[in-house]
Amino acid sequence: MTDTTQGTETLHDVTVTVNGVRHSASVPARRLLSDFLRHDLELTGTHVGCEHGVCGACTVLVDGSPMRSCLMFAVTAQAHEITTVEGLGTAPDARVAPTGESMNPVQQAFAECHGLQCGFCTPGFLTTVTAYLDENPAPTSEEAREAISGNLCRCTGYQNIVKSVLRAAEIKAERASETAEVQS
Amino acid sequence: MKPAPFEHHAPLTVEQAVSVLSEVGHEGKVLAGGQSLIPILNMRLASPAHLVDINRVAGLDSVEVTPEAVRVGALVRHAGLERSEEAFAALPLLRQALVNVAHPAIRNRGTTVGSIAHADAAGEMPAILALTDGVVEVAGPSGSREIEWPDFFLGALETSLAAEELAVAVRFGRFPVGTGTAFTEAARRHGDYAMAGVGVAVTVTDGVVSAARASFVSVTDVPSVLDLGPALGGVEPGTAAWDEAVEDAAEAVREHVDPEGDIHASADYRRMLVTELTRRVLPQAADRAGATA
Amino acid sequence: MTTQMFGAPIRRKEDPRLLTGGGRYLDDLGHDALAAAFVRSPHAHARIVDIDASDAVDVEGVVGIYVHEDLPGRVGEPLPLLIPHPTLTHGRTGYALAKDEVNHVGEPIVMVVASDRYVAEDACQRIRVTYEQLPVVVGIEAARAGELLVHDDVPDNVAAHMLQEVGDVEAAMAAAPRTLTLDLDIERSACMPMEGKGVYARWDRDRGELRMYSSTQTSTGVRAAVAAKLDLPLAKVECIAPDVGGGFGVKIVHPWPEEVLVPWAAIRLGRPVKWAEDRREHFISAAHERGQLQQVTVGFDDEGHLLALDVKLWHDNGAYTPYGIIVPIITSTQLLGPYKPGTYRCEFWSLYTNTVLVTPYRGAGRPQGCFAMERTMDAIADELGLDRAEVRSRNFILPTEMPWDHGLLFQDGRPLKYDSGDFPASLAKLKSLVGWDDFADYRRQAEAEGRKVGLGIGCYVEGTGVGPYEGGHIQIETSGRVNVSTGLTSQGQGHETVFAQIVAQELGVRMEDVFVTTGDTRKMAYAVGTFASRAAVMSGSAIALAARNVRAKALRIAADALEVSPDDLEIVEGTVRVKGAPATSMSLGTVSVLSNPLRYAFDEAAQAATQFAGTFDPDKPPVADDEEPGLEGKDFYSPTQATFANGMHAAIVETDPVTAEIKILRYCVIHDCGTMINPMIVEGQVHGGVAQGVGGALYERMAYDESGQLLNASFMDFLMPYASEVPTIEADHLETPSPLNPLGIKGAGEAGCIPVSAVIASAIEDAEGFPITRMPISPYDLWELRRRHADGEIPSLHRTSSTTRTSGTSSKEPTA
Repeated sequence: MTDTTQGTETLHDVTVTVNGVRHSASVPARRLLSDFLRHDLELTGTHVGCEHGVCGACTVLVDGSPMRSCLMFAVTAQAHEITTVEGLGTAPDARVAPTGESMNPVQQAFAECHGLQCGFCTPGFLTTVTAYLDENPAPTSEEAREAISGNLCRCTGYQNIVKSVLRAAEIKAERASETAEVQS
Repeated sequence: MKPAPFEHHAPLTVEQAVSVLSEVGHEGKVLAGGQSLIPILNMRLASPAHLVDINRVAGLDSVEVTPEAVRVGALVRHAGLERSEEAFAALPLLRQALVNVAHPAIRNRGTTVGSIAHADAAGEMPAILALTDGVVEVAGPSGSREIEWPDFFLGALETSLAAEELAVAVRFGRFPVGTGTAFTEAARRHGDYAMAGVGVAVTVTDGVVSAARASFVSVTDVPSVLDLGPALGGVEPGTAAWDEAVEDAAEAVREHVDPEGDIHASADYRRMLVTELTRRVLPQAADRAGATA
Repeated sequence: MTTQMFGAPIRRKEDPRLLTGGGRYLDDLGHDALAAAFVRSPHAHARIVDIDASDAVDVEGVVGIYVHEDLPGRVGEPLPLLIPHPTLTHGRTGYALAKDEVNHVGEPIVMVVASDRYVAEDACQRIRVTYEQLPVVVGIEAARAGELLVHDDVPDNVAAHMLQEVGDVEAAMAAAPRTLTLDLDIERSACMPMEGKGVYARWDRDRGELRMYSSTQTSTGVRAAVAAKLDLPLAKVECIAPDVGGGFGVKIVHPWPEEVLVPWAAIRLGRPVKWAEDRREHFISAAHERGQLQQVTVGFDDEGHLLALDVKLWHDNGAYTPYGIIVPIITSTQLLGPYKPGTYRCEFWSLYTNTVLVTPYRGAGRPQGCFAMERTMDAIADELGLDRAEVRSRNFILPTEMPWDHGLLFQDGRPLKYDSGDFPASLAKLKSLVGWDDFADYRRQAEAEGRKVGLGIGCYVEGTGVGPYEGGHIQIETSGRVNVSTGLTSQGQGHETVFAQIVAQELGVRMEDVFVTTGDTRKMAYAVGTFASRAAVMSGSAIALAARNVRAKALRIAADALEVSPDDLEIVEGTVRVKGAPATSMSLGTVSVLSNPLRYAFDEAAQAATQFAGTFDPDKPPVADDEEPGLEGKDFYSPTQATFANGMHAAIVETDPVTAEIKILRYCVIHDCGTMINPMIVEGQVHGGVAQGVGGALYERMAYDESGQLLNASFMDFLMPYASEVPTIEADHLETPSPLNPLGIKGAGEAGCIPVSAVIASAIEDAEGFPITRMPISPYDLWELRRRHADGEIPSLHRTSSTTRTSGTSSKEPTA
């Protein structure tokens, strides 16, 4: 990192890989990772709901693990790999929907199960659930509910999100077996 | 809700970190996981002039299991410790407690040592350090030192760590063979700070309890351990005498704790709650003691 | 025939966009904008003595610092009182920036505009305001006592005093064989959308035009209010609601101070300015709702028939009344639910306190009304030893008695007249769903296991789709693309989908060809807004009417071109064709070309249309005298009254005998919103409403201390439920079509949350054996109630049946 000064505040050159692409920006040390993604890189898919780590709307994957981007500084994310909602559609098991968007199994399942209403909290759920299913490919309904219990949603009452998690596990398995067939 | 400006320091070694901390003194704060610190910064409830970001310091991210202890480096995330099978085998209490720490996304970032250094009496891990008779390993300008847990926690959010010192690791003590542990807490919502919580360790030798202790969350101003030996010692779990002994232990807990009320629950309610949680958690620990004996 | 679209659980058109990071919410816009932040009052009631910004002006990046004295003309005048009412004799509103006095913690005093939000907050922190503190009024009791005043010129803190009476309540009460009085209490909660409010404004200096974006439930309302405040011609202001991250009522209020100040600053500075509300600001400077004290006196006969209902409400309206007294009016009228009260009198006082203002939150006064009525029903049942469902059913308005005029004036100033509903059928369905008649067995079994369980019920009627009107505009492009616009806004209700379903059905086009725009004053300048569960009813009906106009026009043009009668034509999947001879056809795109006679064949559709060019009549003008160019149509829907949806909920709860923790084991819903456009979306609305209701029943409260500080202004301490706190909801529907609108629909947005506090109170009371009169209720609250009950401070229920009457019997924990 090279540092410059803007007024009285030192600027740090931060380079992070976001959704597989290297991005650099010169920012003050206090720039939250959430703001860095949204305002410096203009990747606005990650949303900010509370800025104290409770709501989970800003959850992104840092080296594959869900973390609150409002509780990290961009300078600390230096050299880490970040995945945001914009990058989920590039997963190997993503497929292009009839409307043209590439969606991973979790995104697809949320669309099928009405797992979102206003959509503001949704990116945090999608990143959280994507990582969760990588480790727990076949959750029960109770486990699915537990898995999403660190994210707040004010619209859905969560029932269709639980359903979406279960459906995503199915789609993931379907797509995995399709891929296996193609390869064999 | 944006943090005030600060100067960011990114030491690569413990020595560098200590050196920066010595320079900045009380103007500085250590940033590890930041899951307690950054909300406070975002709300501008604190605005330290310097943040010493230890995330790039080498050698602080390992969990080591020795016959006496589980040693946890300052950059070990809660989730890393929670998932460590070695640590679980050595000290199941760690996982039993860690799953109650906030939510997975917080545990993926927050560090166990950091939450101990934060010394919030509503935090789980300070209580676990106490219950395991743990030690904090500290590096300072004049070398390293170790602080036994009773000397570490001075008050709410207050420790004996000097401004120029860095907690580099903690050691959770292991229990003797035949010990079962259990942890439980009651929170308003899943993942919230507990209204009350209790962890217990019960050692069973030759079929009867030879040692038992408890520590608490949210009902004492600093972590504390209560020896339940007087209530449970010599009693065989599962007998009628055990039920009475558990009642005595719960009564001892009721007298020991000193909770404060807040908007979520009164002091009396918390006292009742921790007493009841003790009743519920002791049989679990005793069962596990039986299973390991 | 076209696939049935109306009534089908079609997947949402908005989702692929929202699921891939393509949503554009307020703070996703305007990357080049300056950021605004505010110094807000830390005191609940104080005089502003001095504001010293000298340390802030030099902060690098600060562009402007403004206080009340800087605001010119109408910008500096009080914010409008949007909904006056004759009984609102002492309406008061605040200023965009406080003038001389602040009346709640969070009131804006200074606006800072800076290069970014970080810097703006740095400057705010350096501004020193000197206050002279004034006595603080917090809580309804303190307001009612009237010893201390919020506003010097408002005696007794009473903003409004209203009385409505139907029949002679005094006489009926005196004659009633039995009477009961209940004192009830509901605490504050708040909408708490995941996205806060926000405003972003750009001033086009060359054209003298303002474009603003607001995270609002009414872009037309904001536009009109801002134009008036800034003294701009309406034609020079446009307002767009982008994707909005939830509203639930708080975003219908307008103009918020920031909606005036941000555009004003953008014009003054000639640079784009944006303000995105943070969570703390949302807690202390947006709006709350619910808080009421209630006293119900009821007269009834030995069979449980209501004879007289006399209700007094004390409503906490917070520091100001910009949205009038809509909430207590709704409480006082919708309280009656599905019942015939015999005679009814409701008197309310709307009271000022030094707290955040109170404006509608999903349900808008109905949850409180339902709580009062349903607690009363349970009390009557207990008094008489009757089944609680039976008492309710004896007082139902029957389907044969519809329409039912209560003889009261509703929130829209029009008669409270139920149009339809089948309450006995709803109740039968609910009892069957929850297993009402088997519950006694279940309870016995649970008690044998040392568990305490209870069954609760709550019924409500909800006036939805209030006027005055909404409009729909449809335009078909030559490509066959169907553009639909309506002026009200969307916050997650799936309008892009349901309105497209209506158009697809009415017009005979494919869903994927329909594109809906909401909340953009450039597309539809006449609109009211999204509130009162009105969007589907109002805009849905307007869009259906507009679609019928377009269809008629398309058939006219196609009939002319194909030389057949319009009656012989049908439209299937976007093609107009002759019934029984589908080869004779033309696409709607081609009809669109024909509708707009041009000189130029600019695309394939235009070329295709040339084959019909020979059919024109040289004696007629290219555009007929009574036609307009373009295949488009517009219509408005303006009903004479609201349409009334209804529902009934039941829940089974378990309370921990020792810790008093409360768990909802089952939650059952029967919901009747008339004909459903998209059952999947309706169900989603019900789920979300119930979850908010559960929050209001068990978790959420606004904890003000006596100095007016909000102690839990964060998501750490304001306990919005996570998935782990919300039960699985079992929902079933009844469809009693509304006779009032072309589609038979009623609103569904708010329904889910209305009866939840009543239902949970009913169930906890049933489990515990003593009355529950105050909600929300926490484990600690219940534990305290048990202690007071054990001490004889709270009476037991009369019911003879149960073994669950005393508290703590299975506990080792003394309750005293």
